[in-house]
Amino acid sequence: MFPSQFDYHRAASVAEAVELLSSLPDAKLVAGGHSLIPAMKLRAAQPAALVDIGRIPGLSDISSDGDSLVIGALATHTSVADAAAVRGGCPMLAETAAAIGDIQVRNRGTIGGSLAHADPGADYPAAMLALGAEVTAVGAGGERTIAASDFFVDILTTALADNEVITSVRVPCAAGGAYLKHRHPASSYAVVGVAACVGLDGGDVASCAIGINGVTGKAVLADAAAAALCGGPASADRIAAAAACVGDAFDEPLGDLYASGEFRAHLAGVYTKRALAVAAARAG
Amino acid sequence: MGRYVGTSVKRVEDPRFIQGKGRYVANIQFPDMVHVAIKRSPEAHARITRIDTSAAAAMDGVVAVFTGQDFKDGGCGSLPCGWLVPDTKVPDRPIVVTDRVCHVGDSVAVVAARTPYIAADAVEAIEVDYEPLPTVVDARGAMDEGAPLVHAEIDDNVSYHWALGDQEACEKAFAEADEVVEVELVNQRLIPTAMEPRAAAAQWDAASEEMTVWTTSQNPHPIRLLLSAFTLGIPESKLRVISPDVGGGFGSKIFHYPEEVIVPWVAREIGRPARWVATRTESQMTDSQGRDHVTVARLAMTSDGTFTGLDVETWANQGAYLSTFAPLIPTALYITLLSGNYKMPGVFGKVHGTLTNTVPVDAYRGAGRPEAAYLVERLVDLAATRLGRDPLELRRHNAIPKDDFPYQTPVAFLYDSGDYDRLMATAADNADYAGMRAAQAEARAEGELRGVGVVCCIEASGPAPSAVAGSLGSAVGFWESGEVRVHPTGQVSVFTGSHAHGQGHETTLAQVVADELGVPIESVEVVHGDTGRVNFGMGTYGSRSACVGGSALVRSAEKVRAKVLEIGAHLLEAAEEDVVYDRETGRVHVKGSPESGKDFGELAFAAYTAHNLPEGMEPGLNFVSFYDPANFTFPASSHICEVEVCPDTWEVRILRYVAVDDVGKVINPMIVEGQIQGGIVQGVGQALTEIGSYSDDGQLLSGSLLEYAVPRADLLPGIEVDRIETPSPHNPLGVKGAGEMGTIAATPAVANAVLDALAPLGVTHIELPLTPERIWRAVQAAGNGA
Repeated sequence: MFPSQFDYHRAASVAEAVELLSSLPDAKLVAGGHSLIPAMKLRAAQPAALVDIGRIPGLSDISSDGDSLVIGALATHTSVADAAAVRGGCPMLAETAAAIGDIQVRNRGTIGGSLAHADPGADYPAAMLALGAEVTAVGAGGERTIAASDFFVDILTTALADNEVITSVRVPCAAGGAYLKHRHPASSYAVVGVAACVGLDGGDVASCAIGINGVTGKAVLADAAAAALCGGPASADRIAAAAACVGDAFDEPLGDLYASGEFRAHLAGVYTKRALAVAAARAG
Repeated sequence: MGRYVGTSVKRVEDPRFIQGKGRYVANIQFPDMVHVAIKRSPEAHARITRIDTSAAAAMDGVVAVFTGQDFKDGGCGSLPCGWLVPDTKVPDRPIVVTDRVCHVGDSVAVVAARTPYIAADAVEAIEVDYEPLPTVVDARGAMDEGAPLVHAEIDDNVSYHWALGDQEACEKAFAEADEVVEVELVNQRLIPTAMEPRAAAAQWDAASEEMTVWTTSQNPHPIRLLLSAFTLGIPESKLRVISPDVGGGFGSKIFHYPEEVIVPWVAREIGRPARWVATRTESQMTDSQGRDHVTVARLAMTSDGTFTGLDVETWANQGAYLSTFAPLIPTALYITLLSGNYKMPGVFGKVHGTLTNTVPVDAYRGAGRPEAAYLVERLVDLAATRLGRDPLELRRHNAIPKDDFPYQTPVAFLYDSGDYDRLMATAADNADYAGMRAAQAEARAEGELRGVGVVCCIEASGPAPSAVAGSLGSAVGFWESGEVRVHPTGQVSVFTGSHAHGQGHETTLAQVVADELGVPIESVEVVHGDTGRVNFGMGTYGSRSACVGGSALVRSAEKVRAKVLEIGAHLLEAAEEDVVYDRETGRVHVKGSPESGKDFGELAFAAYTAHNLPEGMEPGLNFVSFYDPANFTFPASSHICEVEVCPDTWEVRILRYVAVDDVGKVINPMIVEGQIQGGIVQGVGQALTEIGSYSDDGQLLSGSLLEYAVPRADLLPGIEVDRIETPSPHNPLGVKGAGEMGTIAATPAVANAVLDALAPLGVTHIELPLTPERIWRAVQAAGNGA
């Protein structure tokens, strides 16, 4: 497990990181390193240079204004899972962070790194979609925000330019949310991960969003299922009927040795049902 | 017995392991050492049309690059197979291939460099052109008409055919049977996953022409023998092989591997010490793998449920080459176990050892015996279902009665001792089997998928009587050596040919010798794993260290006691028959007068000063024994597993796991419990999570721990371990071996439980591992799709 040779640069600021990424050929950003370094050790990734943003100050803060959370790109999964602001304002996000990988991964891996890597089996993307999060990134042209629904493009591909650096993520608070996953027995990646948000008005579901990762190359919103639940009570029957619609969200389910695309689609229905029930209970 | 045997003495080796002070091959360092890396074939079967090493050789920090031709020209012999059944066809297995690769991971070229990073870069810089050849990966498919040939000279991909049992009695049983159940099943390929990957290091002393090799081996002496006689050609007298601390083996570190030849050869060739440490990726594609059987079998019985015959045909995948003991596993360690714990006159089994474009297959924890147990115990459950009988009751009905021991099976083995009915009764009591079944009925009424799996399993361990092994195909003997060296101060060094790679021999063998001599355990040091210190040894596998290695030490300790007694009598000026050796204290004293005696230390000192020894006695106090067991030992177990299957995700949750094992007398209950628990977890891995899988073109799909799922702590509840003891009558310790019983029993226990849970849905068989998707598909196929 020896990576090929690479140059190493430590950026002192986001601006310097953008400058290095712009000037160095074949450079990759590294933060927690828990996706990139294993890939490099397997020589699946062989960047010529690493630009380390791990020690840039101020990028790991987590704050809340009551309506939404702003999470610094370098916040580790553990710190997201443990932060009082996240647990209180958006329990589903804390639940998602706590479900990632194993304890070492959670202690080192960062939210910005996970989003930028965009692994189909990553846990955050479904939550970001369901919550309607926005990614803030800085590049050569300055800062911009990208809606989660525009951010994930394909397997391991995002809307980020090569020289853009995620600085933070803005996540609307939501009480009625839940993230449930079927964990791969070897890798701990999500075979299927379902993030569900439910908003109640009186006894009826007024809003619903369902993000699903693991099934297809990029995380998707199950809009048909979400729409099916709105406009009536979150009863077991209506949840089951809504969950039965998730299949519409998948163009081409992915399969591997452990679970075929067909089985993943089946599991997506099961976990959607469960996540909706938990989310609705939390919303009420 | 004594003060230590039978008690849970804390493991003396653990302080160094848990403080990071263990000394492993990867810790071997020399100032001018080179790092060896190996170019691996990405193709499963191909002709090599070109190798260009020039770019690699020109890299800064690269010391040398070698190809297969260099090793051939440099005197390296091919890797031999140490177990040959009649008419075995053995494909040539070069250390590094020259013109053709036969599995993904085959060695193609070798780099020696200043750092492991440079070595890895240089490996990538070696250019190899491959002309792909057709591949075959399936154990049974390898014998199909027109299947691609792995080796042109073996024109049917069959290495051997082998059969054992009473075919006539078997045919008669089926002709007269009231009921017959049949099954076709796969014992899937497993990839051993020791915590420490394989490694080798070597230092050549050009002046004395002595070579020292450090290797992660379970048996350094046989490795030295093979290096000397076959692969490296350095005389044994000039070759020292050391297996220092080794982090787990599970069988995969028994065998002689190419890297153990490559590293010393390179060290001598370039005149610098050399070291290679496998990456996890290399381990997955080069460590010998386990299981991989396809089997069709049927069980005959009378209407009252008495088993009368078992007929088995197995295709055993041996991989691309025959690993060191490969043909042993599906023959003399598999067919011989097919009688299980049951009285059955008509057992007959045949096996076809086939060659495929896959990593070689050899012993993996249990080695042949888990394959047999899974088959037999599935058939017994199918029989219970057919007859409408309780599976535990049917097993007790057919179990060999305790008064029938020693019991001669129709498949060669003479079981030494056992009490299978008591074993099952104890398991049933501990599990509250009746209560479990009642709870299952209630759960089923609620629509839950609850299952109970019961097994009774047999193991043959403590290999082996050397003459028997020889008659079955072994090229070596399976005795063990043990030396007890009492120093003049009364301190004791114990040299054993067994090798510990996690088992705790430094504790258990010290317990044995301390009790034999009546000395404090702190004064006994156990030395193992070094051909330069231990005179010879056959190593550790097959749960043999206590019964064979321990027995050798008992024999040597007996000789020490006899000499000490003789010296004591002489110094006490008493007749030998008037003195006793007190094994509680190590003192020799006059019978009836404990106060007039000599301490062990005094007598040891007297043996070395030799100022006043009995007439004609040689000085010194040092004995070596070679113990050749009279028979295998036969541990047995009954395990009961309770599971729940989730009716929508189809995940299996183990609710309870109750194990009762009979491993004979127990030296250290804590260590035995750990062995049983660890074994069970490995068996559960085969049942639920693990599969070594190849694509049709020979690519290893489970090539990393991202895909290959070893069981984790959260897969199991607390394991409830208990045991009964029927001592082995033929070794001095009465021990049977505890290393593999858990693994053997756990796979069928879990499989039976899951299939019991799914019985209401009409599912009767699912191939292992029982992953959610496999269960989902089986339920759908049974017409109960959800």
